[in-house]
Amino acid sequence: MSYIKLTRDQIAERVAQDIPEGAYVNLGIGLPTRIASYLPEDKEVFLHSENGLLAFGPPPAAEDEDPELINAGKEFVTMLSGGAFFHHGDSFAMMRGGHLDICVLGAFQVAQNGDLANWHTGAPDAIPAVGGAMDLAVGAKKVFVTTDHVTKHGEPKLVSELTYPATGLKCVDRIYTDLCVIDVTDKGLVVIEKVAGLSFAELQAMTGAELIDATV
Amino acid sequence: MIDKTSASLIEALSQIKDGSTIMIGGFGTAGQPAELIDGLIELGIKDLVIVNNNAGNGDYGLAKLLKAGAVRKIICSFPRQSDSWVFDELYRAGKIELELVPQGNLACRIQAAGMGLGPIYTPTGFGTMLAEGKPVLNHEGKDYVLENPIRADFALIKAYKGDRWGNLVYRKSARNFGPIMAMAAGVSIAQVQEVVELGALDPEHIVTPGIFVQHVVQI
Repeated sequence: MSYIKLTRDQIAERVAQDIPEGAYVNLGIGLPTRIASYLPEDKEVFLHSENGLLAFGPPPAAEDEDPELINAGKEFVTMLSGGAFFHHGDSFAMMRGGHLDICVLGAFQVAQNGDLANWHTGAPDAIPAVGGAMDLAVGAKKVFVTTDHVTKHGEPKLVSELTYPATGLKCVDRIYTDLCVIDVTDKGLVVIEKVAGLSFAELQAMTGAELIDATV
Repeated sequence: MIDKTSASLIEALSQIKDGSTIMIGGFGTAGQPAELIDGLIELGIKDLVIVNNNAGNGDYGLAKLLKAGAVRKIICSFPRQSDSWVFDELYRAGKIELELVPQGNLACRIQAAGMGLGPIYTPTGFGTMLAEGKPVLNHEGKDYVLENPIRADFALIKAYKGDRWGNLVYRKSARNFGPIMAMAAGVSIAQVQEVVELGALDPEHIVTPGIFVQHVVQI
């Protein structure tokens, strides 16, 4: 049988289904940002941005863009009624003090024990930049990761041990790839969903860590 | 009568000496005090240690200060951006020292200095290369890294409105590092869009009380 990988938007849509009403959520830069478009309008979810916004909304019309109203990805946003501004001390208190219910981050690699690498390739000529990734990894109640299942060269991104520099240790709770959804548990990586037509053996072959099948 | 608005931008900046450590507010260009930075360039102050979230955007503000060769070291969380070409070139040429700090550690190290705390234990960065060589502690089952406060000689920040006692309010996401940097520097200089009469700012809404601010300059 053949299978079709999820698109980036389909991954975003899938993650959105797991965000309950009333959740305080930080969506990382890149694919995670797209999740906001898939949150149902009748569900109140509070989006946090580390530069000092709570309950921000979609991008404004071009004529309403305000260089002093941006998110952590430096994109123009709007504020919802009831939204709040605050300084970086308070913003990172929200992130590190266990007040955020969910954060969604991208990844270079996730290890089977939940270690996350997403900030630095470790290449000697790379200019490092970390931002708030390490704070989110240790601070949010639940850390979700969205990622392609393998690199564009076909190498597994889910691995037994990280080879890239760590962002946080044992911090990832759930992984959404273009092939499956995996819970990181004390027993290991448990596959709870996979795309139609993909066998567990095929999925395991594309994964650098042992998987447990809970899809049957 | 106390009037923290009396000094001109250049007069306020003239007390900054070569080799100073300066906190500069802003997240990208939002809240970046570009006119104060331009003043530093005009005065030719050199050998600076700069604390900022980023390392300059485009050829604007902080990037211009870097390009002028005025900065010896930068302490920041996210230097590499699509428009950080000035920093990238200096870094690759070995002409600027970088201390990379996770953003929350940057904030809490600044806050520690402002609160008069010594080194603080923080969960962020534990087990990563940014914590290498630093003391660690396990407290109630959770791991922490010891980080030093970051204090500065000066803070340059951008606020929205200020009064002659130095009380400040900010605008939208331009607030970012302003309030905590104002607390952690020996002398804080705020550029504001508007200086207002004493009493015009509602005491319930003042974000930075004037005790943390020495100069207010209207741009």
